[in-house]
Amino acid sequence: MITGYKKLLIFTVAILVAVGIVSCKCNRQSDEVMNLSPDEIKTDSSLVSSIESVKQIFYSLPSPLETAMILKRSGATYNEELLNSIDNASRYNTTKSMALNLGIYSTDLSYASLFDQTQATIKYMTVSKKMAEGLGILNAIDNSVIQKLEENINNREVILETISETFLNTNSILEEDDRVAVGSVILVGGWIEGLYIATSLVGDISKVDNEMVDRIIDQKLSLQTVLNLLKQSISNADVKELYNDMLELEKVYNDVKISVSNVEVVQDGKSKVATLRSKNATSISPDAFNKLKTKVKELRTKYTA
Amino acid sequence: MFFAIPFKTHAQCKNFAKKICRLELSPYIHDGNYNAAILTEGEDAELFKTFYAGQQYRIAVCGSETLTKIEFMVMDVDRKVLYSNAKNNFATTWDFKVENTQQLIILVKVPVTSPKDEELKSGCVAIMFGLKTD
Repeated sequence: MITGYKKLLIFTVAILVAVGIVSCKCNRQSDEVMNLSPDEIKTDSSLVSSIESVKQIFYSLPSPLETAMILKRSGATYNEELLNSIDNASRYNTTKSMALNLGIYSTDLSYASLFDQTQATIKYMTVSKKMAEGLGILNAIDNSVIQKLEENINNREVILETISETFLNTNSILEEDDRVAVGSVILVGGWIEGLYIATSLVGDISKVDNEMVDRIIDQKLSLQTVLNLLKQSISNADVKELYNDMLELEKVYNDVKISVSNVEVVQDGKSKVATLRSKNATSISPDAFNKLKTKVKELRTKYTA
Repeated sequence: MFFAIPFKTHAQCKNFAKKICRLELSPYIHDGNYNAAILTEGEDAELFKTFYAGQQYRIAVCGSETLTKIEFMVMDVDRKVLYSNAKNNFATTWDFKVENTQQLIILVKVPVTSPKDEELKSGCVAIMFGLKTD
């Protein structure tokens, strides 16, 4: 029979061995990185690609706020009929549906706020709060947030800062609670909503040559980030299902062509803002666009049902 | 005890990102995404993101006070380095816009500055993006 003292001894030795293994791994990684100076990396891009000891990889999707800004910059108009009705919120009772629709409502909220639709902004913040609470993300959006929006209805800067802070709270709480899969589903929900609003706002692409179509084409690049992001949590059943949906979307996007030329940096000494110059060639046929629009609508209908 | 430590460091990382790094983005508006991790000297992290034509961005890469400096590089998809803060006095931010929508990679490294006989330091590293409003 093992005594309490022996048990403690075995446990201590096991911990020391485990710590030793982890330390060895860290030190080996450190040595590999220490051998590379930034100059060496800059002069030999193949050397950069040989770095295999990356500790952490992030796949960053456009947030609901960025999606809404992209929409507005590309000439979108405000159409409240496109938003997911807040009356649908009572239908969302599963983790997946609440997470997807927290993302969807967050994009609707951002879209409304950028078009100074204050009442809609408050309405969508309230319903986002409900979704967040349903997911157990307590305190991410509290009553003071709603009050702050109400008190600053004419101050877009404060409204955007407040929305940004609630997104950061939600994302960081999920990360802290080790619920990365839920965070990914929220982000993908928000991204699909942006794509839905954008494709809905374009009627017949054969008659228009506008920035909105360009931005819709560009989402082919973000779709790769979506797939990589979801792949990180693929063992989660909800994520797996969403990943399969995104593979369906990828098939449709295969008819959309993007080629990117060499990127060059031009530094503006006065504004201190650098410009990355390149020549992208993109193309989408009316048929491919219509297929894309139909697929996006189908997915969005599925997620908001 | 073993579980309390990671939780505490996560919480510290969250507060660092929110209360310190986020301020570096001003007057740009933070996009709301949270990309932060605990890194040890000698370790690195990579972030993949699409940047959209017409939008002006600020990248802020910050390390908590235990880490003296953080290196970051912005690379295109062929891993050609477009910007390195090591060439710019380890600036914590970089402002840029893209003529055409681009996928870029942000490579972040924590250089080893501790003496050889001392334990390597760890701390929170946050990568945050600011969006310029009209």
